[in-house]
Amino acid sequence: MTEPVLTFTDRGIYCPAADVFIDPWRPVDRALITHGHADHARDGMGRYLATDAAAPVMRHRLGAIDLQTVAYGERLRIGSADISFHPAGHVPGSAQIRVEVGGEVWVVSGDYKTEDDGLSEPFAPVRCHAFITECTFGLPVFRWDAQTDVARQIDDWWRANAAQGRATILGAYALGKAQRLLSAIDASIGPILTHGAVENTNEVLRAQGLPLPDTVRVTPQTDPKAYPGALVLATPSALGTSWARRFGAASTGFASGWMALRGVRRRRAADRGFVLSDHADWAGLNTAIAETGASRIFATHGYTSIFRRWLESQGYDAAVVETAYEGESIDDDGAGTGE
Amino acid sequence: MRLFTALFTRLDQTTRTNAKVDALAGYFADAPETDRLWTIALLSGRRPKRAVTANLLREWAAERAAIPLWLFEESYPIVGDLAETIALVLPDATRASDHSLTHWITTIRALAPRDEADKRAAILDAWDQLDARERFVFNKLLTGGFRMGVSQKLMTRALSRATGIEEADLAHRLMGDWTPETTSFDALIRAHDPSVDLSRPYPFYLAYQLDEGPSSLDAPPGDWAAERKWDGIRGQLVLRGGAHFLWSRGEELMTDRFPEFARLVDFVPAGTVIDGEILAWRDEFPLSFNALQKRIGRKTVPKALLRDAPVILYAYDLLEWQGADIRDRPFAERRTLLDALVASVPPEAPLRVSPLLAFDTWDRLADIREGSRDFASEGIMLKRKSAPYRAGRKRGDWWKWKVDPLTIDAVMIYAQQGHGRRANLFTDFTFAVRDGDALVPFTKAYSGLTDAEFRKITAWVRRNTLERYGPVRAVKPHHVFEIAFEGIQESPRHKSGVALRFPRMARWRHDKPVAEANTLDDLRRMLAAYG
Repeated sequence: MTEPVLTFTDRGIYCPAADVFIDPWRPVDRALITHGHADHARDGMGRYLATDAAAPVMRHRLGAIDLQTVAYGERLRIGSADISFHPAGHVPGSAQIRVEVGGEVWVVSGDYKTEDDGLSEPFAPVRCHAFITECTFGLPVFRWDAQTDVARQIDDWWRANAAQGRATILGAYALGKAQRLLSAIDASIGPILTHGAVENTNEVLRAQGLPLPDTVRVTPQTDPKAYPGALVLATPSALGTSWARRFGAASTGFASGWMALRGVRRRRAADRGFVLSDHADWAGLNTAIAETGASRIFATHGYTSIFRRWLESQGYDAAVVETAYEGESIDDDGAGTGE
Repeated sequence: MRLFTALFTRLDQTTRTNAKVDALAGYFADAPETDRLWTIALLSGRRPKRAVTANLLREWAAERAAIPLWLFEESYPIVGDLAETIALVLPDATRASDHSLTHWITTIRALAPRDEADKRAAILDAWDQLDARERFVFNKLLTGGFRMGVSQKLMTRALSRATGIEEADLAHRLMGDWTPETTSFDALIRAHDPSVDLSRPYPFYLAYQLDEGPSSLDAPPGDWAAERKWDGIRGQLVLRGGAHFLWSRGEELMTDRFPEFARLVDFVPAGTVIDGEILAWRDEFPLSFNALQKRIGRKTVPKALLRDAPVILYAYDLLEWQGADIRDRPFAERRTLLDALVASVPPEAPLRVSPLLAFDTWDRLADIREGSRDFASEGIMLKRKSAPYRAGRKRGDWWKWKVDPLTIDAVMIYAQQGHGRRANLFTDFTFAVRDGDALVPFTKAYSGLTDAEFRKITAWVRRNTLERYGPVRAVKPHHVFEIAFEGIQESPRHKSGVALRFPRMARWRHDKPVAEANTLDDLRRMLAAYG
């Protein structure tokens, strides 16, 4: 019996033919990284390999690491495996990793979404025999509206707040979601202020050439009154803190896929919840999986057991794999984890 | 339905009380009159009867969404709400319409006697012309569980603003046995005549919890009356015009469930309204809440049950006397009248007065409170002697000073994801006590931890799952929690032989290893002492 292309270990997804791990959660010698979020790109690996576009954020987050980069689609020979990175559409620089050994192709999706967000390299399906997929939102109750519709809802809300002389505070993850929102909203409505964690990522992404509107970093010296009708882009954990209270009687909102559920929306106790995720919705997951042509599917994080049963009913050979990935976490800080 | 859905959305989008009152007051000013009345009915718990079973709705929704029924069933507990789950899985509508709220409620009510095929056709037709939000509201009307994050009190305030009628007056008008079919907005709100409705109760006055002990109160012991706090059902007995009506705190008419009270018409003069606690009662002592529980939820009562769990009204206040509303008089005065009234009733009548406790210092009262469990009581009620009987939950004059809960240190052995607002966290846990080397599950608990603690335990559960049984995960027996509860009963249905009342997680005992958790013997000792 030949060895599988990838195996699942307590340190991460392992490729014996190349002796590398993909998104490991414990220190290993060689790590291939799908994207820079903290649950996928962790500290302490001997060497890292990621896309050119993911590299600046990883260096920003992890400091001086031994990092080799590749272009999307570029094929590397490691050991007896052919390895290449393909756009996952999750955040700028995010990749699916394709591993081919002896003609058999496996793909690790990392986190992905199928809608083109205008900022990340759009998701590109990769044909394979086995597909390792996330399923953070792997239930039929999760269906995303088009990004343009959500952006219009946010614009309307911002405009109404500005008309009433109130600040608008929108919580979103510092890496990915915040920049996606920045590029999708109508920046002409008013000034845009940013939390330090968001602005740090903005600077990294601007430096690599991504078009983002002008923003103002909030510092202890910032006078909120100098920016009437502003949109304040904050990390989720900053909502409801003294940091946010400096803006007075502001209207608060939160953008996440979880906002699709009324219960979660209410628990956040924000005024508005906008349903916007960097993960695929139900239809997105099913389309993406079908387009790989794979017959074997491994579900890593999310509603895994339900999703596996669904896939089995659709004729796939499906299994659940326990990993340390977290998907879209609504409660964590978001300065790096989750989305 | 657009106006009502917009109201619902506005209420749902804010956590600010003022914004909610604004939204409601605006709606009460603009909406068609019948829609207004239905909205009042919905917000005061008067829902249309369920015309279609939840099972059929699930089947039709799954079918329309082209997903297998099991997948719908798996999604439902995660969303936590049937109406919402249906609204989320259905494909987009193919056309639009704008019928009134009353139209849709009338449509739903008309479905009750129809056959399944007709119901199905009508529901699918409705789903197909409502947008996602309207559909959710429509499904809420269908399934009956209508909650809009608006208390009746808040609704009354908004209605008061829209009509200029005083809040307390409105609260009184809105009580009782009306439905939008039996009245009109004008009859109910504007042209109201109290004499037309003999059954109408008064709004209950609800006590606040006293957290810091009575020495934190603004007046000395002599200004307060104290009674035991009874663990029964709060009830208001209305005796007018030769008839009697028994109301629950949830404004539910319970008269038929407790036929014992019919005899009081012979002993108590008409024009009397008594506030008190319904207790199962034997040999001049309250039976456990368990005995009373058998009587709850039964519309009619078999003879055997009447014999095994007879009830009395343990009276503690008099709201109407000789046909006059006396709620403005001081508590001490009302209480004197009540004592005289009850003393005039023969002992075979199911009416007693909840005794006042004699105390001169707070320390003395604290001693009395310690003995609460011996009287099957939950603690002490404190009432300001000079206070009127107020409407609703108002701080200041009535306080409940409950005994500390019973506690036991238990080991977490199973975890399950929460639903609704806690869908992405593990929040539902099963706890065990030690029995030699074995762990015996004895209770579940869902509440008591902070959000931060729930996040922490969720991360831990993910990494320490031993086995999965559907949604339930067996976890490594490692964490010890202090479980607080209000009572303990023998229960042959449970493996441990006990059932707890109001169990919750009081503390995460990081300091305790599993070997120091309590044992089954400890639990049995508690049962012997307090069961």
